[in-house]
Amino acid sequence: MLRLEAVSKTFTRRGSAVAALQPTTLEIAAGEYVAVVGPSGSGKTTLLSVLGGMLAPTSGKVVFDGRSVYDLSVRERTELRGRKIGFVFQTFNLVPYLSALENVQVPLYLSGLAPKEQRLRALAALERVGLSDRVHHKPSELSVGQQQRVALARTLANDPALILADEPTGSLDPQTREQVVDFLEEFRREGRTIVLVTHDPVLARRAQRMLPLVNGSIRAAAGAA
Amino acid sequence: MRLPTLIGKELWERPVPMLTCLLAILLGVTALVAIRTVTVYSELAVARELDALGANVLILPKGVSLQDYYAADLHGETLPEEYVERIALSRLEGVDNLSPKLCVPATLDGRQVTLTGILPKSEFRAKAAWGGAGIFGRPIGCGAQADLPDNKPADPKALARKRVIETLGDYEALIGADVAARHGLKDGDSVELLGAKFTVLAVLPPTGSVDDARVFAHLHTVQGLSGKGEVVNVIEVVGCCKQIAAGLVDGLNGLLPEAKVVTIAQVVQTQQNVNKLMERLSLIFLAVLLAVGGAAMASTLYANVSERRKEIGTLMALGATPGLVLRLIVGKAFVLGLAGGIGGFLVGSAAAWWLGPQLANVAVRPLPSLAGLAVGIALAVTFLASLLPAWHAARLDPCICFKEV
Repeated sequence: MLRLEAVSKTFTRRGSAVAALQPTTLEIAAGEYVAVVGPSGSGKTTLLSVLGGMLAPTSGKVVFDGRSVYDLSVRERTELRGRKIGFVFQTFNLVPYLSALENVQVPLYLSGLAPKEQRLRALAALERVGLSDRVHHKPSELSVGQQQRVALARTLANDPALILADEPTGSLDPQTREQVVDFLEEFRREGRTIVLVTHDPVLARRAQRMLPLVNGSIRAAAGAA
Repeated sequence: MRLPTLIGKELWERPVPMLTCLLAILLGVTALVAIRTVTVYSELAVARELDALGANVLILPKGVSLQDYYAADLHGETLPEEYVERIALSRLEGVDNLSPKLCVPATLDGRQVTLTGILPKSEFRAKAAWGGAGIFGRPIGCGAQADLPDNKPADPKALARKRVIETLGDYEALIGADVAARHGLKDGDSVELLGAKFTVLAVLPPTGSVDDARVFAHLHTVQGLSGKGEVVNVIEVVGCCKQIAAGLVDGLNGLLPEAKVVTIAQVVQTQQNVNKLMERLSLIFLAVLLAVGGAAMASTLYANVSERRKEIGTLMALGATPGLVLRLIVGKAFVLGLAGGIGGFLVGSAAAWWLGPQLANVAVRPLPSLAGLAVGIALAVTFLASLLPAWHAARLDPCICFKEV
């Protein structure tokens, strides 16, 4: 489903080149649950951005469902992201001035659905994460756990084949963290591919495969759960 | 969810900076609309005053020199009346009124008076209509006859000020103030002049000029009774001041090479100076609007984009194209421009209505035509001011959604 062919990323900072991602070759099968682990600054977010079609690599090729992602136009890449990729963020990234329902509607609107269809699908997604009684609440009126569940509903709204999660439990208490982990496993059981980056060893061990990333380099992959 | 929902909710969420921005646009448009409205009505009022003053172009026989504006017809030399027809049927622009005059001596109850033949305006209109075109077939440009809030309908006594009359019967007479006082005449009396009986249509108010010692009657009646034939001593022309400078005099000279065309230069110059001053003032306010409103809008939108980097990055991660992000920011500017333009027009019109009588001594009404201009300018300013912030937003790195901002 997802293949990285000698992908590297180098940033230039104050005139000197910094390698955020060493040349990496990697294949992630459809339906696989992969955890990328590593210390801060190891290149996890860079890898996630490259996988999500948001950061062009300095060299190499990213192939998603047989298509070279960075050979697509910006518009085509944006559409691919909107239709096939779901994101889960550490700080949820909900739009503060929109209600839970409207936040879930956003990716549906961006993929061109009519308002009525957006509403139906957003309500269904919120019901799935157990928030059908909070649809008109703004993020500031929800608990941290509820906010992450709204974000999960938003991720699911477009029925993505690939979910990229950036420290999805980093801001959560243990109980809510467990809920999120359960949701991710449920998504995997539905056949979605999940790539998450995390510091959380407990969460990483629940993945099928763990990819340790150190100084932009993937070390020997290890099986997990 | 639609784009306007996103724009509207975001505006509602962060009202203070946007209200400041809106205020800058609104004040600029208000000033522009207020000054333009007062200017337009002030120009109309000046034009009306000039109309009331009388003719500003005189057509005289070649050999006559103008000594007294009010006595321009008291020289004994004549022009063919056919010149009047030539002007009326011409394509010259900027002629508001024509008043041919013929003066003949007459006696009234044994005392000398000046009998002046005048042609009522209704006859020019008829001639122009017969010709199918001519000067009265087109809109008159200087606005002297404009619909000012305190305009009053025509009155025969206005001849004393305007030197043009709408209608006049063959044997009706208008009596100057001195003549009326000397002979004890009033409206409706009968007088005998050159052997014919005339009914006094009106006694004219005193003007302090030689007109007070005149009796006015229909030109063709005076021509017939005096045996002078179809001639006049002068043709007074009320010309639009702008058109006088723009070629009316040259046009009249070309049309009537055998006559002499004289303008009242100071009157024309005064009108033009006032108009220029007001136009420049409007332009200055327009420049202030562009500078202040545009700068306020641009800086506010920049700050807004900077504040929303993570939100915009997230939208892009979720599938928002750079084009949609551009529309999000420009759309917001559009809403502010529209609100500023409409609000500015309303407030500016109200300000003009209140300030007009106090500053320019003119009654003012809102000018609907300015609404489009106000909204158009506000939209143009906000659109231009939003382009750079919108472009900046559209080029944001979506990876910012993974970072703490």
